[in-house]
Amino acid sequence: MSTVRTAARAAQPAGPPRPAVNRRGPGVARRREGTAAYLFLSPWLLGLMAITAIPMLLSLYLSFTNYDVLTPLSEIEWVGWANYREMFTTDPTYWHAVSVTLSFALIAVPLKLAAALGVALLLNRPFRAVGLFRGLFYLPSLLGGSVALAIVWVNMFNRDGAFNSFLALFGVEGAPWVNDPHWALETLMVLAIWQFGAPMVIFLAGLKQVPTELYEAASVDGAGRWRQFRYITLPMLSPVIFFNLVLETIHGFQGFTAAFVLSNGTGGPVDSTLMYTLDLYIKGFVELNMGYASAMAWVFLVVVGLITIVLFRTGRFWVHYSDAEER
Amino acid sequence: MPRWSRLLALLLILAVVLYPLIWMVGTSLKSPQEIASNVGLIPHDFTPGNFASGWHKFDVDFGRFFLNSAMVAGLAVVGNTLSCLLAAFAFARLRFRLRGVLFAIMIGTLLLPGHVLIIPQYILFRTLGWVGGDWPYLPLLVPHFLATEAFFVFLIVQFMRGIPRELDEAATIDGASPYRIFRHVILPLSRPALVTTAIFSFIWTWNDFFRQLVYLSDLKDYTVPVALTLFIDSTSETSVGPMFAMSLLSLIPVFLFFVAFQRMLVEGINTSGLKG
Repeated sequence: MSTVRTAARAAQPAGPPRPAVNRRGPGVARRREGTAAYLFLSPWLLGLMAITAIPMLLSLYLSFTNYDVLTPLSEIEWVGWANYREMFTTDPTYWHAVSVTLSFALIAVPLKLAAALGVALLLNRPFRAVGLFRGLFYLPSLLGGSVALAIVWVNMFNRDGAFNSFLALFGVEGAPWVNDPHWALETLMVLAIWQFGAPMVIFLAGLKQVPTELYEAASVDGAGRWRQFRYITLPMLSPVIFFNLVLETIHGFQGFTAAFVLSNGTGGPVDSTLMYTLDLYIKGFVELNMGYASAMAWVFLVVVGLITIVLFRTGRFWVHYSDAEER
Repeated sequence: MPRWSRLLALLLILAVVLYPLIWMVGTSLKSPQEIASNVGLIPHDFTPGNFASGWHKFDVDFGRFFLNSAMVAGLAVVGNTLSCLLAAFAFARLRFRLRGVLFAIMIGTLLLPGHVLIIPQYILFRTLGWVGGDWPYLPLLVPHFLATEAFFVFLIVQFMRGIPRELDEAATIDGASPYRIFRHVILPLSRPALVTTAIFSFIWTWNDFFRQLVYLSDLKDYTVPVALTLFIDSTSETSVGPMFAMSLLSLIPVFLFFVAFQRMLVEGINTSGLKG
């Protein structure tokens, strides 16, 4: 199963390079190759330093200061742990933003993956329109992150939007979803789930790799559809499920655009859509409290890192690599 | 599951998936009065006027916003494709001392939540004097020329792994330098991965909002997504039609790319993490 193996191998460099043969001897060729490698890598190395590493260190430093953009860097004050202390104790919105983000990720991500897997299973049969369906289901993943679509979404879930008139067909009176603090976040979750196409495409690729002999053998042994799904499809697909779970979780924590559009940048109604990144934007770029926002960013980084590690740890118990050597 | 019920289920899901998109098209063609009275898919009266009034709604025309967006996305495509290609070649084909470590770091940045870096990058670019100048796009574009989107590096590396190594070995025996191998062996064969990179770069940059919101402060410099948020501020009933019309126009380039390269996009996703 090459599919699955590669996802697992992602953290290793690309294949062992073979020894090169050169008329001028291996030493010269090797040195020449090393120089060439760093030359090819130079834009990436510069980016790693200037766009990623240095800003990260800078923000770690700033998170212990009261930097506000307006005062020059040379005049900022060291405040110790004050930003972190304020964040965890007195900031009235911080924990709220944490819980909004967590509930968004914990609910929307599993549902999105379930939808993706379900539709992938429906599509995993050869028939003529498969390509068309696959393409059309994928379309929302391309459009869904845009401001334009968020605008459409908000209007669809207005008090007199299309969704309520659909409910009215069944005699149900809907809520003013996007303006109702109990429902605003849910409409954003639905928007996220609506974009199930990207993980679906990955599931489809994974399903193609499951050997059909396994199903044949199982049905000879009298296993029904559910048992085949439970004991063949799910285990064989677990590396792909894991891959999607990690990507979508990290992605889910960073939802910004739709929340910004729904609330016009405030996180409302009543802070119900105050995603962590939106709170960070407000603290950093509206209130210009960059030192504080840097502290928020670092906590975010650490937490997302920890969650990724936990996912990888728990993955050991349920992800099966069919070609893995016994460990 | 029998054939017909499978198809029925798929068609139902398709209806749910496409409804918001078709509804957007329908609403953009309704008159202001009809938007309030008819939330159905099909307008009773087709009124193209929303497009004209949306286009000229603000002091700067949407034509300008579209040009700005096209320029940012176009340059991002060039930068991403070029810089990620170079880095990917080194990772996929060349031997050097820190290869393992650097590759691991590259994969690490793939998992790094990008929004964390927004604030420190802003501070850095501001210190360099790039924020709010005559041409405020440097902070948006420079990272693309420095291969900061590890996803694309990874995608191209994965693709290059599939190119038979015998080809470069033969060239090496013939005395070709790494540069010649890159130029004459790997580059021509990597075209599919580069096209995928280019398409995704375009779509993602075209849709990107957070960064453009942060760095663009002058109306004439706005890109389409930032300009669209201006409609949200003016909440009057009459602005819904124009807002939908401009939203629809903003999605057309992405949609055209999708239609033209549908197959490649879907295959590209598979190549990214999964094909061996």
